[in-house]
Amino acid sequence: MNAVLTVRGLVIIALVVALALVPLYVVLAGNYFPLTLFTRIVILAMAATSLNFILGYGGMVSFGHAAYLGIGGYAVGIVAFEGVYSGYLQWPLALAASALSALVIGALCLRTRGVYFIMVTLAFAQMVYYIAVGLDRYGADDGMTIYRRSEFGGIVDLSNKIVFYYVCLALLLGSIYLTWRLVNSRFGMVVCGARSNDRRMRAIGFPTTRYRLTAFVIAGSMCGLAGALLANHTEFMSPAVMHWTRSGDLIVMVVLGGMGSLFGPLIGAVTLLVLEEVLSDVTEYWQIIVGPLFLLVVLFARGGIDGLLAGANRD
Amino acid sequence: MLLLIEQCLNGLQFGLLLFLLAAGLTLVFGIMDLVNLAHGSFYMLGAFLAATFAAWTGSFFLGVVLGLLATLAVGMVVDLVALRRLYGRNHLDHVLGTFGLILFFNELVRLIWGPAGLNLTLPAWLNTSVELLGGIRYPTYRLGIIVVALAVALFLYVLVMRTRIGMLIRAGASNREMVGALGINIKLLYTLVFGLGAALAGLAGVMQTPILTAQIGMGENILILAFVVIIIGGIGSVRGAFIASIFVGLVDTIGRAFLPDLFKLVLSSAAASTAGPALSSMLIYFLMAVVLVLRPEGLFPVAGK
Repeated sequence: MNAVLTVRGLVIIALVVALALVPLYVVLAGNYFPLTLFTRIVILAMAATSLNFILGYGGMVSFGHAAYLGIGGYAVGIVAFEGVYSGYLQWPLALAASALSALVIGALCLRTRGVYFIMVTLAFAQMVYYIAVGLDRYGADDGMTIYRRSEFGGIVDLSNKIVFYYVCLALLLGSIYLTWRLVNSRFGMVVCGARSNDRRMRAIGFPTTRYRLTAFVIAGSMCGLAGALLANHTEFMSPAVMHWTRSGDLIVMVVLGGMGSLFGPLIGAVTLLVLEEVLSDVTEYWQIIVGPLFLLVVLFARGGIDGLLAGANRD
Repeated sequence: MLLLIEQCLNGLQFGLLLFLLAAGLTLVFGIMDLVNLAHGSFYMLGAFLAATFAAWTGSFFLGVVLGLLATLAVGMVVDLVALRRLYGRNHLDHVLGTFGLILFFNELVRLIWGPAGLNLTLPAWLNTSVELLGGIRYPTYRLGIIVVALAVALFLYVLVMRTRIGMLIRAGASNREMVGALGINIKLLYTLVFGLGAALAGLAGVMQTPILTAQIGMGENILILAFVVIIIGGIGSVRGAFIASIFVGLVDTIGRAFLPDLFKLVLSSAAASTAGPALSSMLIYFLMAVVLVLRPEGLFPVAGK
């Protein structure tokens, strides 16, 4: 009964309510900058949530997750560039393209384990990055401007920034809900089981690689949808979205917030991006502070912020 | 034909540079079981330090030597301060911790040297070209890189396989506690190996600088290529790294030089000029995918791992 009213539960509820109230603040204060920032945070939190599903629950350390962000974004961007703005075409295409790439990349990467897996996912993401750099028609290195946001036939108007923010927030909460459903399903149990003891899972008859691959594809397409949102948000797409440091940032969000925790990636994304924003106001060289901070999190706070909150309640 | 030979030499030179990076990575991984993403930072630091020392002392060689010693020192300090605490942790912790180090070093370099790159000028006698068999003129400096890198490879082989330190390193890799129990300071040994790896990466960075100038983040793309080398060669294997890096260097260089022309034979020239560069930059990743399908452990897996 008291499960929700822990320190951790209260923080999460407060966070979600605060996120829902951002547009209200923006309208009252007349300052639209926080809305832009928080739309970005919500979209990246969704990408981090998708990574958390394979990293936190499945134990697959993918260092190339930003590739799907880019693939989803480019699917929207390229279709828009060719003059088709219908979201009914763009978004399913973004999902399909990222799912298909995750299927191919995952099938190859899952032949390996441990460190190899980290390096191979990184290398394939770099390959996707170079493909985008080579797309001369679509801006190559410089990227391309997307002149119109996805259109949904008048049902929702994404060019309204507040509507768009709520769409992003709803999709984020939707992906957290989906993760919750998946993790507690038989399928999710097998994926988690394969993380703790792959050999034992195989011994009792589960073809774990197939399960892992499915999880990898689900995470990839969820991230692709986040990419479609990102393209609509920035109205711009360039290979920089897929730069390998973006993949690193996603991992940082997951670990900082708390791996294998449903709301961890959201907490991590909010913390990291707000911290970046604050620090970059203080000094131009903010990364000199953030870098060692990652090291400290790794050394002293392995459960992430969510772990600390859960711990605070236990005392 | 002349072009082909020249491109082969360029490929060999690039491959050997990759080897210097990959050797350090694979040694550190094989021995300490540590994934070091910040290895590329030592590549960058070596270049910046050497260029600075060369400008101070006015001598190319003094600058390079001082730069390498400084990189060695930085490597050992990084190991003592930060990475020593990460040994024995899982690989995700290594990735995150060293990712933080990359951000730190990139920003540190920007803070000290500013956002613009640094040049390292070659002494006049290196800035010439020599005539090879068959009348090809090839830059002396690039030939020098090949010679130095081959010498380093030989040195590594002798160090690891034929000396007492090398014996300890190999013993530490197979059973850390036992070596410690026999009275060897294994932590010091690890710090030395890490410093050596850093200096190797620094050497690669220094040698690349006269050709490409020292820039912030210069170590990152080549680090990912070094990962590809390690995946192809088999992790922890210096021999595998050597063969795979030359292979990758040749395929990448020759692919970039000739694939666009080959495409022109098949496709229209407009299609070829778009597809050519994109596909040639993907070539080594295809190679990696093929190796993964055929031999997921790499071409030269370390026995017993």
